[in-house]
Amino acid sequence: MSTETATPLSSKRPAPRASLKKRQHGQVRTALWLILPTMALLAVVIGYPIVSAVVMSFQKDAGLDPATGMFVQGGFAGFQNYTHWLFQQCTSASGTVACPPGSLGAQFWNAVGVTFLFTVVTVVLETVFGFWMAIIMNRAFKGRGIVRAAILVPWAIPTAVTAKLWYFIFATTGIANAILHVNVLWVSGEWSSRWAIIIADTWKTTPFMALLILAGLQLIPDEVNEAAKMDGASTVQRFWRVTIPLVKPALMVAVLFRVLDALRIYDLPAILTSGGGGSGNATTTLSILVVDQIRQGPNSASALSTITFLIIFLVAFIFVRFLGANVVRTQESQQKGTL
Amino acid sequence: MRRARTSAMRLSALAGVAVLGMVLAGCSGSGGNSSDPQSQNLDGKGPITYVQGKDNSNVVRPLIAKWNKAHPDEKVTFKEQSDQADQQHDDLVQNFQAKNVHYDVVDVDVVWTAEFAAKGWLQPLTGSMAVKNSDLLKPTIATGNYNGTQYAAPQTSDGGLLYYRTDLVKTAPTSWDDMMKDCTIAKQAGIGCYAGQFAQYEGLTVNTAEAINTAGGTIVAKNGKTPTVNSPESKVGLQRLVDGFKDGNIPADAITYQEEQGRQAFEAGKLMFLRNWAYVYNLAKTDGSSVVKDKFAIAPLPGNGDGQPGASSLGGHNAAISVYSKHKQTAHDFVEFLQSKETQKFFLTQGSLAPVIGSLYTEPDLVKQFGFLPTLKKSIESAVPRPVSPFYPAVTKAIQDNSYAALKGDKTVDQALKDMSDAISAADTGS
Repeated sequence: MSTETATPLSSKRPAPRASLKKRQHGQVRTALWLILPTMALLAVVIGYPIVSAVVMSFQKDAGLDPATGMFVQGGFAGFQNYTHWLFQQCTSASGTVACPPGSLGAQFWNAVGVTFLFTVVTVVLETVFGFWMAIIMNRAFKGRGIVRAAILVPWAIPTAVTAKLWYFIFATTGIANAILHVNVLWVSGEWSSRWAIIIADTWKTTPFMALLILAGLQLIPDEVNEAAKMDGASTVQRFWRVTIPLVKPALMVAVLFRVLDALRIYDLPAILTSGGGGSGNATTTLSILVVDQIRQGPNSASALSTITFLIIFLVAFIFVRFLGANVVRTQESQQKGTL
Repeated sequence: MRRARTSAMRLSALAGVAVLGMVLAGCSGSGGNSSDPQSQNLDGKGPITYVQGKDNSNVVRPLIAKWNKAHPDEKVTFKEQSDQADQQHDDLVQNFQAKNVHYDVVDVDVVWTAEFAAKGWLQPLTGSMAVKNSDLLKPTIATGNYNGTQYAAPQTSDGGLLYYRTDLVKTAPTSWDDMMKDCTIAKQAGIGCYAGQFAQYEGLTVNTAEAINTAGGTIVAKNGKTPTVNSPESKVGLQRLVDGFKDGNIPADAITYQEEQGRQAFEAGKLMFLRNWAYVYNLAKTDGSSVVKDKFAIAPLPGNGDGQPGASSLGGHNAAISVYSKHKQTAHDFVEFLQSKETQKFFLTQGSLAPVIGSLYTEPDLVKQFGFLPTLKKSIESAVPRPVSPFYPAVTKAIQDNSYAALKGDKTVDQALKDMSDAISAADTGS
């Protein structure tokens, strides 16, 4: 520094540097102003609903005044709405009791189980079938465009329509029973109704999986495969040692998307089985339970939706933190060429 | 992959917002009555708005045009809602919470009346607001009554009927036991004997309530809150349905039936007895696919064996006046107009809506056009409203879930009734 200031030549230098700093500073400020509308928008559309729902979840729902038969405000509830769901406790005339069958409170853990069952089974099935479809679509052959378009059709149909289509297929006199020569009451059995949902959901969203995996497959240069072939790797070896590691980043993203999507599944079971089956709630997912609860007491529904949000958030966090870390490493090593 | 990571985070945030957003749509604090709007604007006259679900058969607009011609200073505007019951309900709730003064006269489903009344949103129809009509069918009045006060005036009704095959049974069974005896005929003919609505939805509540009420049981007490369903009479009623499934007198498929599946099965000749609403009558007589056009008749629902017909549940809608209305006198007059004989007749001929006025059911020219009228009258006269409770969504769920489990044999009848009673009792806390 001191030598620099001593030389008269360099005495001009600090000026441009200062202006650079100033410019950088100015840029930061401009950037702040530019982000501000977005931040404000996010605060309104994300921040406010979340905060408001959390606040509501600590309020009691309106109850009846026994003297007048009119509703009165419930007041502060503490964690009562949360314990109501997590421990399935209901209050009745005789104090706090375990929620009786036929009340929504009794269904929480059942709904959690059903939601995770759907998520695990459908995502596994969709990944396997999606991979298979993606490999087919990735090959160069005549009529590939048509095959790709055909595979995408289920994904393009709105879920509500899909649900109605499968509702007719699974009707007692529907085509599923006719083809299989059985007489299964699909939407009313405990496991048959769950399988109905799983089949319909897999049919509908496998193309989405296939599409994301296909994008990953297309990034794999042909040379890698050819080199492995030259080295004498068998088809199976090439699949597990070359294709899978290289497609893994895309695959993980696809699985994450599907998991988050499946955890909040609502429309398909709501329309196909109305959340019924078995003793009546074999396909009630968390989101269906939230919607059912809204009409019975919005504050309690807020607590339930906050719990649902935390569950989904936790799953996403685990994915990104643990599996996602892997994803990043894979890509970095890929870039360094060490793979 | 960093981009994927952030987009995943964003996605999870979005997922959260979606879930929470759903909740927000359904709520914004419940209303209280701060300055007692019930006693205000009672003699207010002026333009009002009438709110009702989608007017599919175009009956409301001509009626309002007629009213407006006669009352140029008290014009009625029609606010049409969607044709989905849940959406209509939520739209009403939101507007009541916002104390909308322009929702003067509202059309409410019979099962919502108690909830809205208990929230303090409906003007009691007492004193100068009383709607006087001596010709009304009694049970329809009860659907608008909560805790001893009349809050809504019946506007349209509906009751359950027993459809039966005249080529297989000569006369309709008058009791449940007689009907079950007739089932041997159906077995010989190789068709199902009896079906109602047993899928797990509102129709199951209707059918369960009918079975229980017919056997002399009740579901909730007059206060709309205390469960009374755990009784020997209720047990007899529910047991009948359970045994029906067990014996095969009710075909196993019927556990998936809503109104339409039952109608289709009956029209295809696969059922001997069917419990359904009045709308099936004209369809089964005229549908191209119906093979039973001239081979069926209707009767009141089978009873308890004492010669009385069974207790049907009631469908239909009530007209109510908002406490926030500025022109309640006009609103009151308009409700009386909706209940007038002329209007009721128009509802029937234009919209096939069952009238609430008894004398219309026996007018010869109407009976000629709507053959179901005399039987429907008997059905409605002996009907019992579904539980009038401010917690109706919880009550109907308690009935559906437990009745369904009993019908499927997953639960004993005793256990189902006990759980039903407990679940209704837990409904009070709103959670």
